[in-house]
Amino acid sequence: MGDHHHGPAKGLGRWLFTTNHKDIGTMYLWFSFAMFILGGFFAMVIRAELFQPGMQLVDPAFFNQMTTLHGLVMVFGAIMPSFVGLANWLIPMMIGAPDMALPRMNNWSFWILPPAFLLLASTLFMEGGGPAFGWTFYAPLSTTYAPPSVTFFIFGVHVLGLSSIMGSINIVATVMNLRAPGMTYMKMPLFVWTWLITAFLLIAVMPVLAGAVTMMLMDIHFGTSFFSAAGGGDPVLFQHIFWFFGHPEVYIIILPAFGVVSMIIPTFARKPLFGYDSMVYATASIAFLSFIVWAHHMYTVGMPVAGELYFMYATMLIAVPTGVKVFNWVTTMWRGAMTFETPMLFCLGFIVLFTLGGFTGLMLSIAPSDFQYHDSYFVVAHFHYVMVAGAVFSMSAAIYYWLPKWCGRMYSEPMGKAHFWISFIGFNLTFFPQHFVGLAGMPRRIPDYALQFADFNMMSSVGAFIYGASQILFLYNVIATIVSGKPVSDEKVWEGAEGLEWTIPTPAPFHTFSVPPQVK
Amino acid sequence: MIKLSDNPIFNTVAKMVVVVVVMFSFVFVVMVPLYDVLCDALGINGKTSGERYQSTQVRVDESRMITVQFIATNNEGMPWSFRPERTMMKVHPGAVNDTVFLVHNPLSKNMVAQAVPSISPARAAQYFHKTECFCFNQQPLEGEQGAEMPLQFIVDQELPKDIGTITLSYTIFDVTDMVEGAVASR
Repeated sequence: MGDHHHGPAKGLGRWLFTTNHKDIGTMYLWFSFAMFILGGFFAMVIRAELFQPGMQLVDPAFFNQMTTLHGLVMVFGAIMPSFVGLANWLIPMMIGAPDMALPRMNNWSFWILPPAFLLLASTLFMEGGGPAFGWTFYAPLSTTYAPPSVTFFIFGVHVLGLSSIMGSINIVATVMNLRAPGMTYMKMPLFVWTWLITAFLLIAVMPVLAGAVTMMLMDIHFGTSFFSAAGGGDPVLFQHIFWFFGHPEVYIIILPAFGVVSMIIPTFARKPLFGYDSMVYATASIAFLSFIVWAHHMYTVGMPVAGELYFMYATMLIAVPTGVKVFNWVTTMWRGAMTFETPMLFCLGFIVLFTLGGFTGLMLSIAPSDFQYHDSYFVVAHFHYVMVAGAVFSMSAAIYYWLPKWCGRMYSEPMGKAHFWISFIGFNLTFFPQHFVGLAGMPRRIPDYALQFADFNMMSSVGAFIYGASQILFLYNVIATIVSGKPVSDEKVWEGAEGLEWTIPTPAPFHTFSVPPQVK
Repeated sequence: MIKLSDNPIFNTVAKMVVVVVVMFSFVFVVMVPLYDVLCDALGINGKTSGERYQSTQVRVDESRMITVQFIATNNEGMPWSFRPERTMMKVHPGAVNDTVFLVHNPLSKNMVAQAVPSISPARAAQYFHKTECFCFNQQPLEGEQGAEMPLQFIVDQELPKDIGTITLSYTIFDVTDMVEGAVASR
């Protein structure tokens, strides 16, 4: 301990070379918000085009690039890095560790992300345009019929996959090795548990995604025929590999959200979580099941009946651990002394809307019905209920909940509540009508549609603009809080909050738990 | 447990890196071959064996008559004319049958084609044996030439009783560039 500088370095170098988990967490969160705005902008282009039937604003080729990049940017650029940012900020503070286990790798796993997305976004300006084959990039759309820029897309996916793998290894190494004395696995906060399981999922399936894009690269440039029937390959193989990655991926997105909600609800219900153990086991069960249900995304490829039945029943089984979780949250609130601050409102919105998305998921899991729903707007409605109202709502809740702890200033409660209600209404206005147009037969990923869908699509577009605008309010609220929010000095910030992160001073100092705390 | 170093963090990282490498290899080494093996073995996707069938049975089941239909499809951008000489045959299980598919290359350049078969219903795929098929090899054709491509097959006597009609569909692909690319890269 030669010198005693405890504060951060000054200037740009602080951010470029930082190994501090809080700084890196902050950068992840700002980066993911920037990507959220970019992906949101793509969504606005989509909804503006769909405001009326007929071709109005963009040509179909560009529309396809918008749907593709909206999906890719939101999944890989907004939601995943935002939860990694949250993990960076919170996991060391929650388990009583001074920092992440591998701080230098932490820096690198963040800093390779912006170039990856710069590469991805730059494809829009290349000859032939950006990727236009949907975020699922099915072969042969993404191989034989892909624009030349697909090679940049592949390289971008490789880089962001590398970033995710490094981030996950870091989280596993931190949680397994740096817990404070007395912090046994079954005493860890649920956010840490869900992230540990998520990190294992990421480590297992990100290499599968890397393998899939590598095969695409070889098919396009090196004359192999993994996905080309002419050379003895099979395009359906691509779908199997993609969804073997893709299904765990959706739980990678939602499990940390489950963790956030399981932290916030007890605080505002002023009761401990109803069943901690069952939550842990439910999370682990969901993670296990995610590996054996992938083909429910591809019921219509021509599987044998036995295959359809197996994937159908296995998929329905996921409703059991998910139900355990939802009932757990509800019973935690039961007879609690509840208050409804903004984080709690977002969590309640999460429970209601995520459960709705879960029910439409159950409908989609039924193979014979899915033949009708497949590739319709019903699917779009379903996954936006679980992705947006699931992951994004819980992320908003997390920011409102922990921001006062991080920066020592309180956000504006009226503005937060306004953000919640505007997004809640905007979200439902956008996506609820999509159930109806989907059931009536409107296919997804099209720039034009039959006239009978016009009214519901107009409602959807208006809702989308409202939802988009509410995020600007969110941004303003966060900046106003950081710059000039009412100072908070209470360590706990929230009356009912429990956990190690609420034992350190507010705002959280640059270095915490240099001496590990003793957990009883 | 494996212990590589005294630093427990290093041990955790090493194990996780092993998982990453194993999963990446898993895609290439296990998933791709396993998919092909399963499709072949179970006849999923209507895939028939790409190998020549060695006939072992001699008995012909005269009591059953199976209708075999032939479909020829050109993949997108394939300019050849491609059609079965006969669109339908009535055959006895166990009998050896011959037919031909007719192709013609209307362009003035030499081309190479590959036909890919698919059987419907998929359940019938494992009971449809080909002793000779143009789909086993790539088929070169000089410019403005035509050819008769032979197919010899046996319908297995074990074919489930409820199947009375088998449809054999061929899609023909232009693989000229792939073949030339393979030659150029040598």
